Amino acid sequence: MSFSDAFSSSGRDLRLWGKLRSLNWGVVALVTAISCIGFGLLYSVAGGSFEPWAERQMVRFAIGMALLIGVALINLRTWFQLAYPIYGVSLLLLVAVEFVGRMGKGAERWIDIGPLQLQPSELMKIALILALSRFLHGVLLDDVSRPTRLLPALLLIVMPAGLVLLQPNLGTAAILIAGGCGLIFLAGLSWKIIVPVIVLGLAVVPIGWEFALKDYQKERVYTFLDPDSDPLGAGYNITQSKIALGSGGIFGKGFGQGTQSRLNFLPEKQTDFIFTVLGEEFGLFGLMILMGLYLALLIQGLRIALSTRSQFGRLVAMGVCLNFLLYILINTSMSMGLIPVVGIPLPLVSYGGTALLTVLFGFGLLLSVQIHRSVDIPRSASGLWSS
Amino acid sequence: MMDGRDSVRFRAFTRRAALLSAGTAGLFALLTGRIFQLSVLQREQFTMMAEDNRINLQLLAPPRGRIFDRGGVELAKTAQNFRLLVIPERTKDVRAALERVAQLIDLPPHRIAKAVRQAAHAKPFNPVLVTEGLGWDDFAKINLNAPDLEGIETDAGELRSYPFGPWLAHVLGYVAGVTDKDIEKEPELLSLPGFRIGRSGVEKAADDALRGKPGASHNEVNAHGRVIRELARTPGTPGQDVVLSLDMEVQKLAQERLAGQSGSVVVMDVNTGELISIVSAPGFDPNAFTTTVTSALWKQLNEDPLKPLLNKAITGMYPPGSTYKPVVALAALQSGAMTPATRVHCSGATALGRFIFHCWKRGGHGSMDMVSAIKNSCDCYFYECARRTGIEEIASMSRRFGLGQAYGLEIPGEKKGLMPDPEWKLRARNDAWRDGDTYNVGIGQGAVLTTPLQLCVMTARLANGGKAVIPHVIKSFGGAPRIMTEPEDLGLDPAHLAIVHRGMDAVTNQGGTAARSRLAVEGFDMAGKTGTAQVRRLTAELRGRSADSIPWEFRDHALFIAFAPVVQPRYAISVVIEHGGGGSRNAAPVAKDIMTLVGQRDPVRQKIFVPPTRTVSAPPRQA
Repeated sequence: MSFSDAFSSSGRDLRLWGKLRSLNWGVVALVTAISCIGFGLLYSVAGGSFEPWAERQMVRFAIGMALLIGVALINLRTWFQLAYPIYGVSLLLLVAVEFVGRMGKGAERWIDIGPLQLQPSELMKIALILALSRFLHGVLLDDVSRPTRLLPALLLIVMPAGLVLLQPNLGTAAILIAGGCGLIFLAGLSWKIIVPVIVLGLAVVPIGWEFALKDYQKERVYTFLDPDSDPLGAGYNITQSKIALGSGGIFGKGFGQGTQSRLNFLPEKQTDFIFTVLGEEFGLFGLMILMGLYLALLIQGLRIALSTRSQFGRLVAMGVCLNFLLYILINTSMSMGLIPVVGIPLPLVSYGGTALLTVLFGFGLLLSVQIHRSVDIPRSASGLWSS
Repeated sequence: MMDGRDSVRFRAFTRRAALLSAGTAGLFALLTGRIFQLSVLQREQFTMMAEDNRINLQLLAPPRGRIFDRGGVELAKTAQNFRLLVIPERTKDVRAALERVAQLIDLPPHRIAKAVRQAAHAKPFNPVLVTEGLGWDDFAKINLNAPDLEGIETDAGELRSYPFGPWLAHVLGYVAGVTDKDIEKEPELLSLPGFRIGRSGVEKAADDALRGKPGASHNEVNAHGRVIRELARTPGTPGQDVVLSLDMEVQKLAQERLAGQSGSVVVMDVNTGELISIVSAPGFDPNAFTTTVTSALWKQLNEDPLKPLLNKAITGMYPPGSTYKPVVALAALQSGAMTPATRVHCSGATALGRFIFHCWKRGGHGSMDMVSAIKNSCDCYFYECARRTGIEEIASMSRRFGLGQAYGLEIPGEKKGLMPDPEWKLRARNDAWRDGDTYNVGIGQGAVLTTPLQLCVMTARLANGGKAVIPHVIKSFGGAPRIMTEPEDLGLDPAHLAIVHRGMDAVTNQGGTAARSRLAVEGFDMAGKTGTAQVRRLTAELRGRSADSIPWEFRDHALFIAFAPVVQPRYAISVVIEHGGGGSRNAAPVAKDIMTLVGQRDPVRQKIFVPPTRTVSAPPRQA
């Protein structure tokens, strides 16, 4: 089978208009709905003002939406071809950030490109999904657990994760590792490997605690375990977040009436703790609506993955969903005091340009998979190590 | 294009995806449970904590109660206090801002330095007090230039003021800022900026009543403590007004009559124990103490030989001299050692062993009975009188008259004086009591020490037929009259008292030692007793020299006690002039003038002032 044959049309209408017609607008609607909740909350925490957050977030959303559609319209094969180059560039940028990165919040995360600030770690979240999906696309089920296939896959994860950890950015590293491992799991990694690794992992935790974590990371864990030990210091964020959430009750204090956020008792209210703001102002009711929208979006993602022909497409779709899910789980758990404070935003809701663009790019990929669900990509196209 | 190996892979993928979905569903259920736990089960707890965060209680200083004299003259009031404050966050440079103010008004560099120091530690939105007690002109100047003075604020707080200044300094005392020690006792109220508490006098004694109950402002604050808005306000209760028994007119006259001298006057209602006047001269201006006393003023007040800061009326201790003789006479009558008719011959001196005790009159008085001995203040008579009566009887009688004790006057700092007896001498001097000691006590010398207040109480108890009145100066708190218990009866024989009264009547009205100080008020005559207290044993060199040629600090103290009218007395007075020479020459005329005014104003005092109840209004916000 020649390479050009592998890229022949599947026979479906893949012209622009046809692609737009077949696009899953449900996903677009859900993404927009969740983002609108975000705009409302940003308006509220600014004391009833579009400045300084809501307006800019809306502009970014508009740009991000265009990006999403654009990404969705690009042929899945093109993404397949671009997977490794994108990964390579991202990895280079991650290395570069170690040298020219700018200090921000105690972690080196940004690169200045003219007026833009680029976060290579965000870019890597997409790049890793693409690269790992392409690699696993070429691996047969029986081969996934072979060291010759597994080790390169792990290397794809470990290289960027290690660099991000150096920054240090524990939250993003965790998402890269968990998301990457999730893809290997979906590709069919043998239970004979999974179970021992989990057991070993549990044993390694204490050692990792001692040697791998920085002091500020340990402190976060300590204060998480006992926030009342230092209610005005490091435990302050957790305590105030729980107070805000709990005092919201079933229906909340009302739009713009959250005392904890309005009076600044709640830190980082427009970014990391915006879930708490929703809870304070709209209560259990508001939180359940948001969680429901998230769940609906994830189910759409799962449906797209399961109805896709190529392994690459399925893995990309699930990779995007996994990434999204991890954001949600980490941020909400942190807001409710279930895990230590990690700087992970609530996807589509928290204020922040890069994270929003990353998430929308991801959903663009998901929709590209959906549009091109019938596209065939030969296993051999993966290149090296393909079965 | 899908081969078999692809469909195997697809099925595996589907199984794994389903597994992940189940896990996700589980995690979402867990999160929902947690939301339920926080916002439903623990809602009340967190709601309370959120309110605690948000609401800050700020105390509002209650307006201090006023002080009136018995006629309703305002003696202590709360005046406007113009203050200058700086709010650090509203100016780039606190020092530069204050230096701009210093170009307009007189603002000493140390105040600027202090404010800059405080501003560095204060929260940037909290005003820092720079100076207070500004004059209206300065206050107006700053406000006029306010647009150019960024960060500078003025406000009008409360400042205690004493319109009669030095005339009442010792009675009223003054208020001053709180110390760290005070704050420990009542941290909330007392740490209000600019709050002042009574530091001495009635201001201190009645501080609790005058202070009132603080109001409270419930403010919504943000996480940095900045007040966002006021939610509710409870106004608090103003301090109670206090009415004193003093008559300001008498008080003024007494202070004027002592001008330039160091001394005391105490005037009392003999039936109730109310003080009509209590003066210690010279006075000082308590208004200077309500803000910050300058060290120059403090030095000047402390180094003044006339000791203006001392309240001599209650802390000055003097030998009573001859003013004590009526008590010795009563002790003699009570004990039966003497009868009114017992005569003693005075030759100008009497011998006791190898000591000679002189009478003040060279050549002596001749034969004296009790009335004439009091009238002429014959020392020899009282040496004999004391010898026959014995020290125990004299000391016991003296205590009944209130000597050697404090009365719990509402002016803090009363001294007890000293009523000596053998037990005391053994204890204090490790020596046995001798007859010579008794002789000295007999004429109010030796170890006997009394305060002017005690002399007045003694006189009042003599005058009122032997009732143990207790001196006091507060008539009512917040309009409610103070209930005094009926004074205890000392169990004296009226006949004995009548003898002493006759003697004292003769002193002023029948050519006695204070004949020149007879009152000229219709129906208001005065019976008195002069006294001259030796400051130190006269040396041979000084003896016989005229008073004016002796250095001031060696001159005798001049004393005089009196009551009026002679029949059914209503007022008692004691006058002590330090180093004033003789009692008859210097103290009695002062008493005459004051008692004349007291007599003239007697009907005025029948009406007692009741202050109008004040409406409770919201006090001004404290900055």
